[in-house]
Amino acid sequence: MKTVKVYGPGCKRCETTEQMVKEAAIKLGVAIEVEKVTDAKFIAMAGVMSTPGISINGKLVHAGGLPDTAKLEGWLTA
Amino acid sequence: MTTETHEPTVSQRRPDWLWHVGVLAIIGLWYVVYGQLIPFSEWITSLFPVDRHSHTGEAIAFFFYDVPKVMMLLTLIVFAMGVVRTWFSPEKTRALLSGKREGVGNVMSASLGILTPFCSCSAVPLFIGFVSAGVPLGVTFSFLIAAPMVNEVALVLLFGLVGWQVAVTYLAFGLGIAIIAGFVIGKLKLEGWLQDWVRDIHSGATVPPGIEDERLSMVDRYRLGIEAVREIFSKVWMWIILGIGMGALIHGYVPEDLMVRIMGAEAWWSVPVAVLMGIPMYTNAAGVIPIVEALLGKGAALGTVLAFMMSVIALSLPEMIILKQVLTMRLIAVFVGVVASGILAVGFLFNLIF
Repeated sequence: MKTVKVYGPGCKRCETTEQMVKEAAIKLGVAIEVEKVTDAKFIAMAGVMSTPGISINGKLVHAGGLPDTAKLEGWLTA
Repeated sequence: MTTETHEPTVSQRRPDWLWHVGVLAIIGLWYVVYGQLIPFSEWITSLFPVDRHSHTGEAIAFFFYDVPKVMMLLTLIVFAMGVVRTWFSPEKTRALLSGKREGVGNVMSASLGILTPFCSCSAVPLFIGFVSAGVPLGVTFSFLIAAPMVNEVALVLLFGLVGWQVAVTYLAFGLGIAIIAGFVIGKLKLEGWLQDWVRDIHSGATVPPGIEDERLSMVDRYRLGIEAVREIFSKVWMWIILGIGMGALIHGYVPEDLMVRIMGAEAWWSVPVAVLMGIPMYTNAAGVIPIVEALLGKGAALGTVLAFMMSVIALSLPEMIILKQVLTMRLIAVFVGVVASGILAVGFLFNLIF
């Protein structure tokens, strides 16, 4: 079970990112638990400077803009 | 849980050269189409059962020339900026600015504010990221003022609808305000007016460094440019049509001397009123500029109009609410005061010169 955190204050792109993560996980058959981090303080403290950001099992893999689908699948399977 | 393997998507991508040729071809096509916009607008207008030289005819021609023109200019410039910005991540900008002295730091910071991707929804994380890495407070403010105020959408719209001189002036004075306001805030030594938790970070950094830059191919950069166009258009297209529609109405119907009296250079009080009116108003550059153009066309003074526009874009209530998480009310008040003074100065200066 991978813990995926999606960082973003709730803008449209952040929601799209969350959706993309879930869809990729279903497609790959990877079991994940998604947590949304919307408090700017916690976003900042995670080292994310531009949102949306993604961390997987505590490791920050993406910050700023929508993630690339191929890369996202790579992070989820790594 | 399924165990199916998935095909690597990389192999399905088009070859790189096709992208380069495609981008060049589209820019060529863009240029040809752009040259046909006046005949196009005249042709559309001739389809309406109105006299071309009547108010209505003027308004229609104005609308059908300006909308496609602005959309095309925006597409090109937003794409180009989207590609350029892939070389300037917030992480890289922070590294460039950390430990910079005030003065030089403010100039660099304001300039990088234009080139670094920025969305007001990330203002707080970005602020913390800068402060935790030792970017001085005043230098951080220069960035936060320049990034929203001097943006490519505002510049393109000014260029397309009002003229390049005004666009360049806006760029120069927008940068100037960001540099000077950041410098002043830095000199005031207001670190104590940050919210407590931010002050803790300021004195001893505990924030993780963030991610390293991904290595991007040129094709990745094109894709991000296209993504930027899609993103901006989904946000502004309605504002552009509404704004230019409003502009067309003012163009055709509002009597000239009315605007001269309300927003002309003689009325000294018009600049502060424009700034005050701009603060609670919140729209992006796209919504306000077509109105700006039409007001100018009807004799409103350039300084007053620019002050109004800068105030609408740079000082907004939603942004202050976001910043409230990191700044105390006192510091927000200083921020608004300093930026508003800068905008006032620009407004008066312009009305004096032009």
